Amino acid sequence: MAERVRVKHMMPPGHVRAPAYLRGKTGFVERKLGAFGNPEQLAYGLPAEKIPLVRVRFSMAEVWGSDTEYPNDTLDAEIFAHWLEYPETHDAP
Amino acid sequence: MMPHDHHDHLSPSGHPYRKDNDEPLTYWQCMEIAMRELLIEKGVTTATEIASQIDTMDARSPANGAAVVARAWVDPAFKARLLENASRASREMGFDIGTLRLIALENTEDIHNVVVCTLCSCYPRNLLGLPPDWYKTRAYRSRVVKEPRKVLAEFGLELPAETTVRVHDSTADMRYIVIPVRPDGTENMTEEELAELVSRDSMIGTGIAKLPS
Repeated sequence: MAERVRVKHMMPPGHVRAPAYLRGKTGFVERKLGAFGNPEQLAYGLPAEKIPLVRVRFSMAEVWGSDTEYPNDTLDAEIFAHWLEYPETHDAP
Repeated sequence: MMPHDHHDHLSPSGHPYRKDNDEPLTYWQCMEIAMRELLIEKGVTTATEIASQIDTMDARSPANGAAVVARAWVDPAFKARLLENASRASREMGFDIGTLRLIALENTEDIHNVVVCTLCSCYPRNLLGLPPDWYKTRAYRSRVVKEPRKVLAEFGLELPAETTVRVHDSTADMRYIVIPVRPDGTENMTEEELAELVSRDSMIGTGIAKLPS
């Protein structure tokens, strides 16, 4: 059973690499990539803490709603762990 | 009136003239020159080192990626290693890909992968060379995540409804190479001949491998 995750719906200022179009969207863990320097610190030349990076797979229906071309096509993106939360409900497919 | 008066924006060959770059340096161009000169002056790097790094970057081309794909087509054990860890498999073939963290995405009869970087222009340069200009455009970056099939159709690639399209947004530290489907009728071709069929676009996912002539 794939692990479900949701990208946090937050809009902090500064350099972040969680794309706005995926914020608040739920997907599942496609693979875990290991820990990488936090780009939100690296971008400013600050010492960066290593944060787990996860490939998350979303359905096009989840990202764009029902008027998408093909709802079952998918979109994968790398999201840092501090941007992920773990939804308790299991209502989505 | 001379006939060319109406067409003085065209060269005699009928092509538009390219505008000369007579405008002053931009802020960032000045910053780049200042930074480069300081680094050389302080002995951090040398002009020779910079020139040789530019040469190295220019020498990288999609032919490197094509060689990796062709090897994967002919050698199932290599393909398995490539899908497991594409950086290690590329190094195994002798490609100096630096710190590149590469993921290989296999196209099949049922799945078509396509790669984008919506946030900037991340691209596996160490293996494929410089990205095409369109890869960096806002149009490609914003549209391929939302209407990939329409975008692929504009590239001449109409995918059947049964095929699942997987779009991969390079949002962080990974870079991606698509392994296109090996075309039919290539059973007797050598690895080198097969590599000729692997276009740059087929490794981005906006195309498929060429058919043997």
